[in-house]
Amino acid sequence: MEFGPHLLLAILEGAVQAAVLTLTAVGLSLVFGVMRVVNVAHGEFYMLGAVLAWCVTSTLGGHPAIGFVAALIIAPLMVGLIAAAADIFILKRLEYEPKNTIVATIGMLYVIQQVTLIAYGPEARPVQAPFNQRISLPWFEFGDAGFALTWPWGFGTTTYKLAVIVAAVVVLIGLWNLMARSRLGLIMRATQLDREMAQAFGMPVEKVNAMVFGLGAALAALAGVLIVPIQQAHYLMGAEPLLLSFIVVIIGGLGSLAGTVLAAVVIGLSDGVISVFFSPTLAKILSTLFVALILVFRPQGLFGKRDL
Amino acid sequence: MTYKTPKPETRRSVLTKLAASSAVVAGAAAMPGFVRYSQAQTSAPIKIGFQVHGTGIGAAYGRWYDRTTTAAAKLINDTGGINGRMVEIVAEDDGTDPKRGAEVVEKFASQHNCDVAFGTLFSHVVIGSSPRAGELKLPYFVVSEGHHVASGALNRYTLQPGITDVKSQVQAMAPFVASTLGKKVTMIFPDFAFGHNHRDYFSAAIKEHGGEVIQHIAIPPSESSFTKYFPQIPRETEVLYHVMVGPAVLTFVKELGEFFGPSRPEIFGFIDSLEAVDLASPGLEFLDGTYFWEGNPRYAQADQSEHDKFFRAAVGVDENGASVADPKDVATYSHMFGCWETLHVIKAGMEAAGYSGPGDRAKLIEAVEAMTEMPLSQGHPQGPKLFNGKTHQVFGQQYITKVVNGKLLLAHTAPIADTLYPDEVDYTTQSF
Repeated sequence: MEFGPHLLLAILEGAVQAAVLTLTAVGLSLVFGVMRVVNVAHGEFYMLGAVLAWCVTSTLGGHPAIGFVAALIIAPLMVGLIAAAADIFILKRLEYEPKNTIVATIGMLYVIQQVTLIAYGPEARPVQAPFNQRISLPWFEFGDAGFALTWPWGFGTTTYKLAVIVAAVVVLIGLWNLMARSRLGLIMRATQLDREMAQAFGMPVEKVNAMVFGLGAALAALAGVLIVPIQQAHYLMGAEPLLLSFIVVIIGGLGSLAGTVLAAVVIGLSDGVISVFFSPTLAKILSTLFVALILVFRPQGLFGKRDL
Repeated sequence: MTYKTPKPETRRSVLTKLAASSAVVAGAAAMPGFVRYSQAQTSAPIKIGFQVHGTGIGAAYGRWYDRTTTAAAKLINDTGGINGRMVEIVAEDDGTDPKRGAEVVEKFASQHNCDVAFGTLFSHVVIGSSPRAGELKLPYFVVSEGHHVASGALNRYTLQPGITDVKSQVQAMAPFVASTLGKKVTMIFPDFAFGHNHRDYFSAAIKEHGGEVIQHIAIPPSESSFTKYFPQIPRETEVLYHVMVGPAVLTFVKELGEFFGPSRPEIFGFIDSLEAVDLASPGLEFLDGTYFWEGNPRYAQADQSEHDKFFRAAVGVDENGASVADPKDVATYSHMFGCWETLHVIKAGMEAAGYSGPGDRAKLIEAVEAMTEMPLSQGHPQGPKLFNGKTHQVFGQQYITKVVNGKLLLAHTAPIADTLYPDEVDYTTQSF
């Protein structure tokens, strides 16, 4: 394939990864921003979303779209409830002490992973996409006959992949509205700015914590549901998004929504493009190097505030 | 905070306790039946340490290796055991991890007092565990397909008598690919030892048959999205050769279909790309008319042998290669027969050596090294085998099947002669 279409294909593929990564990373960033909890189990909520999507679609049967729409609602809801319960029964009891919560979430990671292995099994299982048409993409050429459109071999994408990108954008706009415009968002932001003062003003900080932890997990689960028709649900699939999410939130600034989105898009796209034209190892080296540079020269992240 | 100081032990109290405990020990030893097998080795079970990929990326394989091993051990016990002794399988999870694998081998030798160890599949776990088995002088029977046994990289205590290695599988495919599918091949393989074996041996073998590999595409083992690699496939490709492993295999095959759309080249793949995956999964329709290497045909063929029938029934696999209990639970049928056959080789070896306990481990290895032909039988349901005692590697038939209406139908059986290659090592010259 020529360079032009090849690059565009790499960007398209990178954009799908970036879309899913953004949702996952925003969840992680939200939890840290409001609760100051570094959630190591975040990737497992992503995995649970994918696995529950398989459970819902295979139980419902019928047209794939019915099962998928149901999974889009049920899976994030259930994962959110599980996470809220984990907050009430585990994190709250540790009084959100940073070191303890890290250890506790590592424990949650293993518990969720192994329970999934026992209950769901070691196989990677597929979920059918609600719609999945292959689109051949055209490319332009300036040949002897002037400007012409060609259809290069294998240059295409699928409608579902485009839909994932659109869905991620819609969810992010909704989340931004929730945080910036709603009363709930106001309470969350107040808690993020100064929890003691928020509590002194009668805000239900504990309820906010459970809700934020649930919301963060639900976002990861939603990302898992969206990706599962492209990849498959597998009990170890949470490791990679966890690592990438951490890279993204460190670069973007922990707790900063805008920074997280920007960093996710940059990391997702550059990972796609660099791994195609150079090597995937180089892509990982560069993104980790970027993290190191950020930590040295701008420890609060691109958009983070210094006093966080 | 206050600490309680423990009551100091007096000389008298220590002596009393010592006396009491030694009396208990002496009393227990005197009781009949306490040391159950002290009279001789004959009634104690033979303990076979089973290193199984219970968790980690090999878990889908591990589950079926476990089922096959359990079925084979039950069969051996139901027909009188080994030298009149029952077989006890001691399973330990290695997490598909080389470091853990070596620890498991150590546990078998020193904690469980196993007679032999067996069962590992993933090549990095084998390579990580085998040196420890050699140090502990524990016979280590692997079921891994890797070329590392026959290449001479391991040691005299490591044998692979139940499954063929990648080098012989790959070179047996070249005549069929070159004569039936096409001469210009593009290879897609995972970027680690297993994939490199495919790259090196197939590239050499296809050249001998007048073909060539025009492009090698190595994919990192942790990759989860593949479309971006496919543009490297040259337009003039006549045959696409793919072999992928791990949980992302289905994504790989699906994206391959989406990439090519209606105009695909001939496709030849190793079933590893779809092991434990249902061929009826959405997105795999495009595979119809493509070819697969299979170690052992997943779908019961028209000329199915009575031994394959027996093997399926014993393990609990239906004629579509899925679990009898759950038709969606697809077996790793091209690999798991290796566990069954290896256990039968261990039995035959122990009987030939007159094995009575860990002191006879060297005799057991010599007995297995002396084996040559293993005919198609209940103990060898995949087909006849030829064992090479010098390289510790078995050779056997290979199968090529074609996808027809969502089922794999046998298209070609490569004879053992196509799979042989010159010896690269003579383990029998190494001391025990």
